[in-house]
Amino acid sequence: MINLEIPRKMAPAVKQAQAVANGVLRPISRTYDRFEHTRPKELDMLGAVVDGLDAAGAGGSGAKGVRREAPKSGEVRNGTNLSTVLSIMEVSYGDVGLVLALPRQGLGNAAVASVANDEQLARFGHLWAAMAITEPGCGSDSAAIRTTATKDGDEYVLNGEKIYVTAGERCEAVVVWASLDPGLGRAAIKPFVVEKGTPGFTVARLEEKLGIRASDTATLILDDVRVPASNLLGDPEVKADKSFAGVMQTFDNTRPLVAGMAVGVARAALEEATRLLAGAGVTVDYDAAPHAQPAAAAELLALEADYESAYLLTLRAAWMADNGQPNSLEASMAKAKAGRTATDVALRCLALVGSLAYGEDLLLEKWARDAKILDIFEGTQQIQKLIIARRLLGKSSAELR
Amino acid sequence: MTTLTTRPTATSRSARRDPMTIALRGLTRLAQASVLDRWGLRGRAERTAFHATRVGMGAAARASRTFAKGSGPATPQRQSTGGGADLFDLTPSEEQQMLAEVVREFAAEQVRPAADDADRKHATPEGLVAAAAELGMWQLGVPESLGGLTAERSVVSGVLVSEALAHGDLGLAVACLAPGAVATALGLWGSADQQATYLPAFVGDTPPTAALALTEPVVLFDVLAPATKAVRTADGWRLDGVKSLVPNAATCELFVVGATVEGEGGGPALFVVESATAGLTVEDEPAMGLRGAQTGRLRLDGVVVPATSRLDGTEGAAAAYRECVRLSRLAWASLAVGTCQAVLDYVVPYVNDRVAFGEPISHRQAVAFTVADIATELAGIRLTVLRAAGRLDRGLDAAREVALARRLASHHGMQIGSDGVQLLGGHGYVREHPVERWYRDLRAVGVMEGVVLV
Repeated sequence: MINLEIPRKMAPAVKQAQAVANGVLRPISRTYDRFEHTRPKELDMLGAVVDGLDAAGAGGSGAKGVRREAPKSGEVRNGTNLSTVLSIMEVSYGDVGLVLALPRQGLGNAAVASVANDEQLARFGHLWAAMAITEPGCGSDSAAIRTTATKDGDEYVLNGEKIYVTAGERCEAVVVWASLDPGLGRAAIKPFVVEKGTPGFTVARLEEKLGIRASDTATLILDDVRVPASNLLGDPEVKADKSFAGVMQTFDNTRPLVAGMAVGVARAALEEATRLLAGAGVTVDYDAAPHAQPAAAAELLALEADYESAYLLTLRAAWMADNGQPNSLEASMAKAKAGRTATDVALRCLALVGSLAYGEDLLLEKWARDAKILDIFEGTQQIQKLIIARRLLGKSSAELR
Repeated sequence: MTTLTTRPTATSRSARRDPMTIALRGLTRLAQASVLDRWGLRGRAERTAFHATRVGMGAAARASRTFAKGSGPATPQRQSTGGGADLFDLTPSEEQQMLAEVVREFAAEQVRPAADDADRKHATPEGLVAAAAELGMWQLGVPESLGGLTAERSVVSGVLVSEALAHGDLGLAVACLAPGAVATALGLWGSADQQATYLPAFVGDTPPTAALALTEPVVLFDVLAPATKAVRTADGWRLDGVKSLVPNAATCELFVVGATVEGEGGGPALFVVESATAGLTVEDEPAMGLRGAQTGRLRLDGVVVPATSRLDGTEGAAAAYRECVRLSRLAWASLAVGTCQAVLDYVVPYVNDRVAFGEPISHRQAVAFTVADIATELAGIRLTVLRAAGRLDRGLDAAREVALARRLASHHGMQIGSDGVQLLGGHGYVREHPVERWYRDLRAVGVMEGVVLV
């Protein structure tokens, strides 16, 4: 039965996330944008609240909500993937930089939730985990990872440099992607949980960024870092046919989350522009044709339409995950559309409001800066298009590069 | 001249009630090639001759049928709207899947093959619309007690049918769906007497050709303030104005037209006008696209209709008109989804087969990324359309969602039409491939008002 409304049972979680967005995040939004690299202490308490929600089974409020459950046949489920993405939208509407700085809600936590076995989940599930893939010589091309992991008895020894690690300084553990044998390409790349404080594991520096300044972005050095063999997430065997399965499985689950962040930022900008324009006497009339209303109203309508498209594509990807349907294609569509829409909507809302919105009195200029990362990390716009196109056209990564 | 007073028997109605039966009935009829042969072959010659004589001159609208005035019960019959589980769900019901499947087959086997010829001749193939009627498409909006197919109204079903049909061809889909829009309008906003007068014909053996005419040939046309005027007379209404791009206007037996009521509160309203009414003339109006719908211009010069001609709905004529505009825009967006899907389905094998610089052009990102964008935007339009439809089925307001669906269908739908031509290059610009027709047809979305309803 086709219905694209949010079920009532998810209303409390959404309401809670809204309260966090408006009551906790918005009031400190500008402060931590200005004071980059200052740890937002207010978030420690919030992280504890989110943990409490998870423990109470109200779940799906955080990154751990992406763990997949086997679907019951014939029964439509609205589960943790949907509720998680809804909550992410709401808190990102508050401030996406602060959301990325939320303890224990890192993408590393999503990776652990997605691919860890039960024993690993027990060991690492409570840690704030960052995700480290990118290296100075490899961005979107993850197969070019040069960080190595060498088996030595019951341990792996890791060596390399990771950059652009979100929450890399403040986290308690990092999911480090390293190659068991760089000569074997993608198949040999595996994720390892490396806890902070492990000898040889250091933070080299922090980035100064265009936006999401509340979130720390670190360069990490691994110099003969030893971890137990059981810190490898997933299958330790190098199988050519199952190449990269772990990375991909993680991304299938986390792309809708990032899309949800983009949807949240887009809505923040759209609502603010709508409010400000209403104060100036311009409101959208949904029944009137675009040419029968002010140009600013027609522009808002156009932006809201793209927002709606991104919002629904994101919900679809999450809904499919809840119902055990493969959603790699749909997750990439959501990420591609939401990423470009957030940037476009924020920039155009700023321009609609004008020079007032370019200044720091309002948050529009901040959202316009924050939004851009959402079209870059967790797979750029171009990477999403490659994934979508390869799937539609039946092409391999060797054919369509 | 046919006077239609026959109503379906009680047994045939109950057999029709079950949605599964509807779909099976459709399948069975499709399988009966004789039905299609009968309709497919009949009247082609006469049609061509008729078309030739009317081009370039105004012709009196066809007066082939009088509708016996009926009187209905105290209150008009309305389909109920459903509730449904409180779950986000993208799965159509089993009945809806079967219905869409029947229409998809019809679109693939009957509509697509006829599209090019219809476009060239600016003529709807004679049998096609009747065959569509036999599938029961026009009866989705007719209350069950009046011979319709379902007790429960489903906008989602209407959306799925429109999409499936437009995958065959947008112009022919419009031709096939146009009379059904009039039946739906009567079902939703007609009085008991109006329903008793006109709806039996739509569930009879030879349903009438009919059209819902809202669009006008006016710069910056505002559908909510039509230039066509309705003035009260001593015993009825006098209508004056021009309606444009009316499907099969020349052969229509019944129109529902939009007009601004002069005085008494004013506002736009819908009026039922029989084609035999004096003062009604029709002329050919070929356009960039929708040519298979054989569009015409309808002139109303001092057309006098009875006082009972206005569709007053349940919350007043202006509210009915506004709802009509919304449902029509949603229907056009659904049609865009179907044609955009046709574009995607066409370009994927093309760019894989087409070789340039020693490899398939799909190996180039410029080409592949365009295909990715088509698919992504299309999925977004479809979901937005379905959200609006789902809200309407639950009795929720959908003004916002309809407006957003219309914007996406008009903007991204046209971009998809343009990309479809671009990906084929010079080959896309010529009639050898259907993408040039889809490009022309897709511009109608966002321009057209009325004509189709979901």
